[in-house]
Amino acid sequence: MNAKAIVVTSGKGGVGKTTTTANVGAALAKQGEKVAVIDTDVGLRNLDVVMGLEGRVVYDLIDVFEGSCKLKQALIRDKRVENLHLIAASQTKDKSALSEARMQETVRMLLEDEGFDRVIIDSPAGIESGFQTAASAAEGALVVVNPEVSSVRDADRIIGLLEAREVTEVRLIVNRLRPNMVERGDMLEVDDVLEILGIKLIGIVPEDEKILVSTNLGSPASLDEDNQAGEAFRSIAKRIRGEDVPYPSLGEDKGGLFGGLRRLFGGGR
Amino acid sequence: MFGWFQRKRSKDKLKERLKLVLSYDRAKLTPGRMEDLKAELLEVIAKYFPAEDSAYDVRVEQQGERMVLIANLPLEN
Repeated sequence: MNAKAIVVTSGKGGVGKTTTTANVGAALAKQGEKVAVIDTDVGLRNLDVVMGLEGRVVYDLIDVFEGSCKLKQALIRDKRVENLHLIAASQTKDKSALSEARMQETVRMLLEDEGFDRVIIDSPAGIESGFQTAASAAEGALVVVNPEVSSVRDADRIIGLLEAREVTEVRLIVNRLRPNMVERGDMLEVDDVLEILGIKLIGIVPEDEKILVSTNLGSPASLDEDNQAGEAFRSIAKRIRGEDVPYPSLGEDKGGLFGGLRRLFGGGR
Repeated sequence: MFGWFQRKRSKDKLKERLKLVLSYDRAKLTPGRMEDLKAELLEVIAKYFPAEDSAYDVRVEQQGERMVLIANLPLEN
């Protein structure tokens, strides 16, 4: 993706925006980029705990907006990965403190003055001011969708709003896919979701218990070699960086299950 | 009845429902307004042709980039 500022969004809550932000951010930094992840969910911040950085928050995004601290002071360095920084959302202020102009200025400063290669913005659920503020500073978007009815419907709405905002590079992450349910015909396939939503795919993340475990520990799964979801997030980071990473077949059945997918990406055999 | 649901894969049903609801969402139209539109269209058509009101079908559909309104109104022989 050419976009340096990328918003992670979904419309619906609970589909994995924050997990995606933490994991993709950590993987990008591990791959050598200087990355800032920004939590814009004012009042309901969580990116700090998911990344295990809750003990280090002193200043937050709203402090930056209000000028009560310098941008540098609000940048929290990650414990494990060099080049990875977090700006936390405010837990106490309310959403009226959000400002599209300040958001755009903050992202511009991160990219131009602070030398960041990539800024990943974790949007709150919904289509209101929090989402609008997050999207206002983005040139690209990762739309996270679960293969179920309400998530797909909300994603469609979000894609329309992103287009209206002229966020140009909009890519889809199908999260929490359960290969055994897809095989039974009880869960939408990735092809179905792509057909319905009509945007380009950038990642497929299988449902994986290890995600919950790594979140419990406050350490993104993408830093851990030994799990499918972590691998999927690392592949997403590589694709963002322009690498052509093939999609692996998921689940036990290595045969027909993702045949459609392989066909789609030209790797069919 | 449950046997029937098992034979028909639930994701096919979901895909159908999603396509329909998204066509309404994208056209910023509610199913209720669509029913009104159908009724009015039929009234107008009936002035000119004897139409069979049980067999007509009006819906919005995605065709490539654009949304189209499709009215299928079979005429009485």
